[in-house]
Amino acid sequence: MTAVREATRLLGHELATRLRTGELSAREITLAHLEVAERQNHALNAWLVIEREKSLDEADAADARLAAARADGPDALDALHPLLGLPVAVKDLVSVAGGQCTSGSRIIDGYVAPYDAHVTERLRDAGAVILGKTNMDEFAMGSSNEYSAYGPVSNPWDLDTVPGGSSGGSAAAVAAYHAPFGIGTDTGGSIRQPAALSGIVGLKPTYGRVSRYGIVAFASSLDQIGPLTRDARDAAALLHAVAGRDERDSTSAPVPVPDDLLRLPASDDEAAAWLEGKRLGLPREYFVEGMEPGVEARIREAVRALEGAGATIEDVSLPHTDYGLATYYIVVPAEASANLARYDGVRYGRSVRLPGADFIADYLATRGDGFGPEVKRRIMLGTYALSAGYYDAFYLKAQKVRTLIKRDFDEVFGSGIDALVAPTSPSVAFRFGARTADPVAMYLSDACTLPANMAGIAGVSLPCGLSNGLPVGLQFIGPPWSELELLRFSRGYEAITAAAEWRRLEPAQLTQADDATGPTPAERAARLAAA
Amino acid sequence: MTTAGAARPAGAALERYEAVIGIEVHCQLRTESKMFCSCSTAYDGARPNSHVCPVCLGLPGALPVMNRRAVELVLATGAAIGASTPDATRWDRKNYFYPDLPKGYQISQYDLPLAAAGTLTFDTSEGPFTVRITRAHLEEDTAKLVHAEGPAGERISLVDFNRSGVPLMEVVSEPDVRTAEQARRYAEELQLLLRTIGASDADMEHGQLRVEANVSLRRRGTEAFGTRVEVKNMNSFRSVEHAVAFEIERQAAILDGGESLRMETRGWSDERGETYHMRSKETSDDYRYFPEPDLPPLRVDAAWLASIRGELPELPAAHRTRYRDALGLSAYDAAVLVADADAGRLFEATLAAAPGLEAKPVANWVTGDYLRIRNAAAGPVRVDPAELAALVRLVADGSLNRTSARQVLEAHAQSGEGVEAIVGRLGLRQISDTAALGAIVEDVLAANPAAVADVRAGKAQAIGFLVGQVMKATRGQANATVAQAAIRERLDAGERA
Repeated sequence: MTAVREATRLLGHELATRLRTGELSAREITLAHLEVAERQNHALNAWLVIEREKSLDEADAADARLAAARADGPDALDALHPLLGLPVAVKDLVSVAGGQCTSGSRIIDGYVAPYDAHVTERLRDAGAVILGKTNMDEFAMGSSNEYSAYGPVSNPWDLDTVPGGSSGGSAAAVAAYHAPFGIGTDTGGSIRQPAALSGIVGLKPTYGRVSRYGIVAFASSLDQIGPLTRDARDAAALLHAVAGRDERDSTSAPVPVPDDLLRLPASDDEAAAWLEGKRLGLPREYFVEGMEPGVEARIREAVRALEGAGATIEDVSLPHTDYGLATYYIVVPAEASANLARYDGVRYGRSVRLPGADFIADYLATRGDGFGPEVKRRIMLGTYALSAGYYDAFYLKAQKVRTLIKRDFDEVFGSGIDALVAPTSPSVAFRFGARTADPVAMYLSDACTLPANMAGIAGVSLPCGLSNGLPVGLQFIGPPWSELELLRFSRGYEAITAAAEWRRLEPAQLTQADDATGPTPAERAARLAAA
Repeated sequence: MTTAGAARPAGAALERYEAVIGIEVHCQLRTESKMFCSCSTAYDGARPNSHVCPVCLGLPGALPVMNRRAVELVLATGAAIGASTPDATRWDRKNYFYPDLPKGYQISQYDLPLAAAGTLTFDTSEGPFTVRITRAHLEEDTAKLVHAEGPAGERISLVDFNRSGVPLMEVVSEPDVRTAEQARRYAEELQLLLRTIGASDADMEHGQLRVEANVSLRRRGTEAFGTRVEVKNMNSFRSVEHAVAFEIERQAAILDGGESLRMETRGWSDERGETYHMRSKETSDDYRYFPEPDLPPLRVDAAWLASIRGELPELPAAHRTRYRDALGLSAYDAAVLVADADAGRLFEATLAAAPGLEAKPVANWVTGDYLRIRNAAAGPVRVDPAELAALVRLVADGSLNRTSARQVLEAHAQSGEGVEAIVGRLGLRQISDTAALGAIVEDVLAANPAAVADVRAGKAQAIGFLVGQVMKATRGQANATVAQAAIRERLDAGERA
């Protein structure tokens, strides 16, 4: 039990070292993580499926690759990817051949993906172990994971609160040590916001950095796939594994993936020194009204720490930020309304057939039954925004404003600012039910993250302390293809706060999460709703 | 709905009304793979759903990748009809639900087609006619629905996705067509053009070319458009002509009766020889077009367009003009030789096999007897160009009369035996040599003094009898013209003597 616990507490790069020295095998590592994930899934509901058999097979294959490389000598060992033999929690909208891919929805319950997503192929190439598929808001629409058709997920810091969303399952799994690596997707903040609320690192790459082939589409012009990990080095390694041009996604960019992602400094001194002389912009529009004082305090402290390490902090303005939310909720539902049209019950997934009815009636019944309320809301919004007579006023106008939002960033980065530093979420993790009754309150969770998606640029969230005992996320936002720099900023920040008290804290309710007889997240949510 | 039009004399309606007809043609492009995935387009006769992949099945997570060849074929079509192409265009999603549309939207082009504002000119019985082409754009084909009966006798629909995602070009004309014949000829000429440039096999029976006509009538002398009816399900050029003709008469009858038409889509039934109501179009569909976010904008640079233009073969109109002007062919022969690829090949090969041979008789033989023989034959017919050249020469130099030549061509087409050999074997060579005929003429004149007397007395028809006797004596091999001249000459000489 202690050995298991210790193995799961190690970071990815620490596990990789132990694999290479022979201290641990991939099978041992996988077994350790499986054990924790299976034990805690009752309390957390982070996983929709845990693939014990398949992941152990993959672990054995990794051990075989490792043994062969060891026999071939040090060069062969060095050539192995750092992800080899290490467990990954994969959001259940990534196609994994032969497995489920529900996207958190009932409408494709029972669908078995016949092919691997590009990301899946790259994980297999690296030799990673896909531990299972994680819970999420239905079709990635949500900021709390409460819109999953398969029940909410508890945040291991406080089981009565949400882990954020939509990649809530991956975030909770990584935060609770079920896996060192998680795959999420981010359309308006769905990696960064749950990373912030769960106290981990989450990176949204530049649009086009990671192929979307095989990822259930939400809003095609914004969706990106990225890592959820417990430190910057692991995020860099996972990004390195999955990034790069893929011919099957015409929007994936032919931009080289820097190998330096695998060489972020191990030394805190080196990492901290990199911050010296860097120019960070503090966008005034991101300190929004209604931001929790504890969040703002942690961000200001982090900014001071960065300044203390030699970075210069400059006040900057992104004047069109205020329009971000409104335009986002036109563009995104519009694309989603088309992307979700394929779920009609004709070829796969759930299908309602009414005897004697025509196919239109079957469509209505299938979709009425299969989609949850938030998805229906967005399909209606998007259908409306694209309708004849409204297209110009809504969709076209929103796309024009989107250009202005992008220009704001271009101007700031063009002025020599290396990255922006901002809060990730205006609040810490909130209780179940706190925002489900008010869609706009839920949408505001992403006010600080969605501009980067609208502009197609990169952003990363990393923990910067606690407020009321819950994690606060610090966000770095950079120009296109700046992932390496953003991760260097992150690594630098980790280095200068390495001694901070809060870094030693584990999620506060991990012990309760071990209790497989206690309430499930759904039961907690119901109890809170009744109270 | 009245069908009184069927009984009316064809064309009568056009005395009172002007038909305003726009034509939409969908054609499958000739590419190896589908529009947005690498599935093969060679699914004809294949098992249903055997040529499919995540992309053309619309599976979760699948993404389109553009087929560049398909774009080139539309650009080539645009160049061939003199259309303009924007420097940059894009793909749009056309959203609607139907079981044959796996994604719930069709990737198409909305306001920036690859080709815009072209023309197509063709011959009709009333002379050449030009139709303006509004646009040609590229999209993906839908799956095929097959209606069947389920195990319990219930009506079911099966979906075959082999066709799903095949590149489809839509060519939309301006409402320039005025008659049923023009409608048919437009479709025929477009088919010929597409085949000539290799853009499509354009076989109507295989659904590679689908023609829809938007037909409306307006009283002669008025400008405003009448209510439009869309006619589809026409499976041949003949049905295009018949359907449009029927629809003109049907609409005229309704208007004559003081009733108004309704916007609708009608199908054409070959069996019943009439159009029938399929669905009403009282509300216009809202397809909620928006730019396809999965595909980057498409840039068409000048060099690409220029290379496509440079690779265009001779187009049918230019081809026909060349045949008429440079080779002196009749408009009919030129049209047939350009439209019928097989006949055209034989014509060209025959001329190539015999330099200096006159083109006009070769064209006559090809468009006349060759096509008659080929079209009547059960199996493939092969005529050797060099043998056809020999045949034309024998006719030209008087060694073979037309009747015999026909017989020789038929024998050659059947067996492949050489023309000279057939002529020799059957003894068909004409005796055109006056000297060779001289002795026979002498004998015939000597043996028929009564006829000779009749000719001399001015009974012109008697000379025909004497020619007949010469033919009889030569077992048909005498050149009748030469024989007649020889008889006339001999009798004239006798008179002077």
